[in-house]
Amino acid sequence: MALAHDAPKDSFRLSMLIYDTRYRAITIQVFVLILVAAFFAWLLNNTIENLAIRGKEFNYGFLWQRAGYDIGQQLIPYTNDSTHFRALLVGLLNTLVVAVLGCIFATILGVVIGVLRLSKNWLVSRLMTVYVEVFRNVPVLLWILLAYVILSEVTPSPRDFKAAEGVEPAASMILGETVAVTNRGTNIPAPLVDHSLGGFEIGGIPINFTVLAFVAVLVMSFWANARILTAARLRQEATGDRPTTWWKSLLVLFVPVIALSVILGLHWEIPALAGFNFKGGILVAHSFTALLVALTLYTAAFIAEIVRAGILAISKGQSEAAFALGLRPGRTMQLVILPQALRVIIPPLISQYLNITKNTSLGIAVSYLDLRGTLGGISLNQTGRELECMLLMMAIYLTLSLSISTVMNFYNKSVQLKVR
Amino acid sequence: MTDATHKPFVRTQMLQPSAPPLREAGVVRWLRENLFSSWFNTILTLAGVAVIWLLVSSALPWWLNGVWTAGSLSECREIIAASAGEGASGACWAVVNERWNQFIFGFYPVGLWWRPTLAFALLFAAMGPVLFAGQKRAMLILLGSVAALVLVLVTLAASAVPNEVAKVTDAPFVWKLALALALLTLGAMIVLTVMGSGKLLWFTGLYPALCFWLLWGGPIWVPVGALFGFVLLAGVYAALVKRAGPGLAAGLGLIVALVWWLFLDVPVTVALNEAIPFGLTAVQSDQFGGFLLAITIGVTAITFSLPIGILLALGRQSDMLIVKTLCVGFIEFIRGVPLITLLFTASLLLQYFLPPGTNFDIILRVIILVTLFAAAYLAEVIRGGLAALPRGQYEAADALGLDYWQAQRFIILPQALKVSIPAIVSTFIGLFKDTTLVAFVGLMDPLKGVTQIVRADINWKGIYWEPYIFVGAIFFVICFGMSRYSMYLERKLKTDHR
Repeated sequence: MALAHDAPKDSFRLSMLIYDTRYRAITIQVFVLILVAAFFAWLLNNTIENLAIRGKEFNYGFLWQRAGYDIGQQLIPYTNDSTHFRALLVGLLNTLVVAVLGCIFATILGVVIGVLRLSKNWLVSRLMTVYVEVFRNVPVLLWILLAYVILSEVTPSPRDFKAAEGVEPAASMILGETVAVTNRGTNIPAPLVDHSLGGFEIGGIPINFTVLAFVAVLVMSFWANARILTAARLRQEATGDRPTTWWKSLLVLFVPVIALSVILGLHWEIPALAGFNFKGGILVAHSFTALLVALTLYTAAFIAEIVRAGILAISKGQSEAAFALGLRPGRTMQLVILPQALRVIIPPLISQYLNITKNTSLGIAVSYLDLRGTLGGISLNQTGRELECMLLMMAIYLTLSLSISTVMNFYNKSVQLKVR
Repeated sequence: MTDATHKPFVRTQMLQPSAPPLREAGVVRWLRENLFSSWFNTILTLAGVAVIWLLVSSALPWWLNGVWTAGSLSECREIIAASAGEGASGACWAVVNERWNQFIFGFYPVGLWWRPTLAFALLFAAMGPVLFAGQKRAMLILLGSVAALVLVLVTLAASAVPNEVAKVTDAPFVWKLALALALLTLGAMIVLTVMGSGKLLWFTGLYPALCFWLLWGGPIWVPVGALFGFVLLAGVYAALVKRAGPGLAAGLGLIVALVWWLFLDVPVTVALNEAIPFGLTAVQSDQFGGFLLAITIGVTAITFSLPIGILLALGRQSDMLIVKTLCVGFIEFIRGVPLITLLFTASLLLQYFLPPGTNFDIILRVIILVTLFAAAYLAEVIRGGLAALPRGQYEAADALGLDYWQAQRFIILPQALKVSIPAIVSTFIGLFKDTTLVAFVGLMDPLKGVTQIVRADINWKGIYWEPYIFVGAIFFVICFGMSRYSMYLERKLKTDHR
């Protein structure tokens, strides 16, 4: 009678490192680790040799030297006497301001277009399809360059705004005589206050109490409004009657801000023609406008597709069930479709936000001095420290991307399906 | 009550149905349903009509007044003013007419245009066996049109040498020989297709070396030497796979091939070239430009990023901690930084990272970095496809006794890749659009590089719509074509019954 053999003895042989699945994983990993370590050692060795040949050393001391160049758009005070580090901060803020505004505008535009593309209106849905296909299939660099060229070559020069005797001026200001678009930039009104609350500086970064006061009041208003709505919901759940809240919300949201504006004497300084140029207000550079407009239009096309896919992903049964329960179409969208569609929409939306942030580095095409233009551009060329500048810049972009995706992933978790 | 003489009326025939009310039929109904179903829809429709009117009324005269032959922008404007009246707007397509060659070829020597043209046409023949696998009819149509394309375009490009240009050309018989060889190859491929043979993939395998040789020129022994490395790899693998298993055989093959490429390739090819000098006129990388550059970078990066992306995705899904960590680190790093910074790494930092004294071609460096960039994005896309597969598929593969690579090849990857086709193709489209960014490391992409040169010309100063529309239209056609192909592929591979 044939018996099954005993399991082979666990005597270790060298060939088991390759043929035995228990050990093979370890062999492969050790092998890979050695290869990678050798590769990095090789890179490091080359770098040290190359630095020695060029007579350079790796240090970041240059960040505290005088930068010596001007930056057009500065959100914190900066002169050409400031340090390279401060130029880096100015550039970083310029990157962030385009990224944040771009995300907001692109989301609004993208949601509108995505919803309109699903509209039953034949003409509008076709138009939106054309928009999406045209903007998606052409490089964003083209939109940036085109927007910049149009803004700076087609717009009138400031002297065209001058009214000669008996002749109408060749150009006029738009939006109720408050905004002037010239070939030098866009002049927009600037908010001013009569009674400033003052401010102070921390490490060279100015803190303005007036701005802080407005932010604080707005935050309080929104918090109070949220409390009112929560209270109304609780009351509705307890008694079935929903108390009227719209006037309370309006009161809480608008009255404090208006009161603060009146107390501080907020008014707008409108740009006006003085001599051959516009004075007063804020001059927004065309490089900024072009970058923002192009990124918004381009990314909106992608977001529109994401929104459309998200809404289409919700099965028709969901809206039919909602109608059967007697919900009106608006409430169906708000209570049934959107909460489910958001789960599908948010993950790709996160990567679009990351794309906007990374695409701001294309501002170099129109000489917009963002992080890439200051640290990775002029500072790099002036100091000749390619290695330090590029590594620092990559680290900053990486930090930005990772923080955006972390924050958005938290939000994503909060809207995902809660499984018991 | 009933009267025999008074018969009640009984209808024996059906009445013709009366026509529906006017507002419920035909055009009117369609309009009511699709454009004016509610007050909000009516507003939208009117707004849409207004937008279209605005676009058409401003663009149509401009388009119709277009001028195709003129020497400068001011001459264009004079012609338009003379023909359409003072103050009329008109497009000046003359700039495209005069400079199209720079948009397409950059500063590639005029006498050698037939080479990139031939390479481009053969690209479709090389992609055919991959894109239309097993479809005889599609393949025949494709190969036939490629043959016609080669015949017409190459003849045109080779005879388009203006006399005044300083001639950088190969010997005049070379292009005729190349044309004959290309047509012969295509003919052989058509015969093979008719016979239903799967040997066409050989041409796809040889194409990269052929394309490289046609574009950059130089001695033929360079691409032959590079190919020989792959032959060695395949030979070692085939000899050892039975005895040592696929992983070890591939590893050993790779080591042999690397030894060849790193140490033996250059001396052998140099010696061969001295013994039998045969080659095309060499073209430097800084003469590349326009869509030639964009397509070269785009196609190469697309080809190589897919396998790397698949490996990275598998590595990220792997149970081996170290491999997984390395893959995650690589993917997240590449995805976290803008492509521009990677391109600057290629142009500025590689001189630090490579041994002192090495200097290799800037286009090649850019292609490597763009490939790695696309591979990281592809890895994430493919990971999504892998995650979408039900666990049962993996378990079924295990139950059949397949090892890891067999399971991946026969069960997992075909399904995972199929699910992720749309996302893969949109990554490719993004990659092709991103090739314009090479302008920032001093290469002449069609958008910023060439257009800037054209706009800097005193004759064409102040022109902007026409060159941008021209370049944008070509990009649109290519990218839109790719997205349509992905839809076709999705339909073709669809096996479920939803």
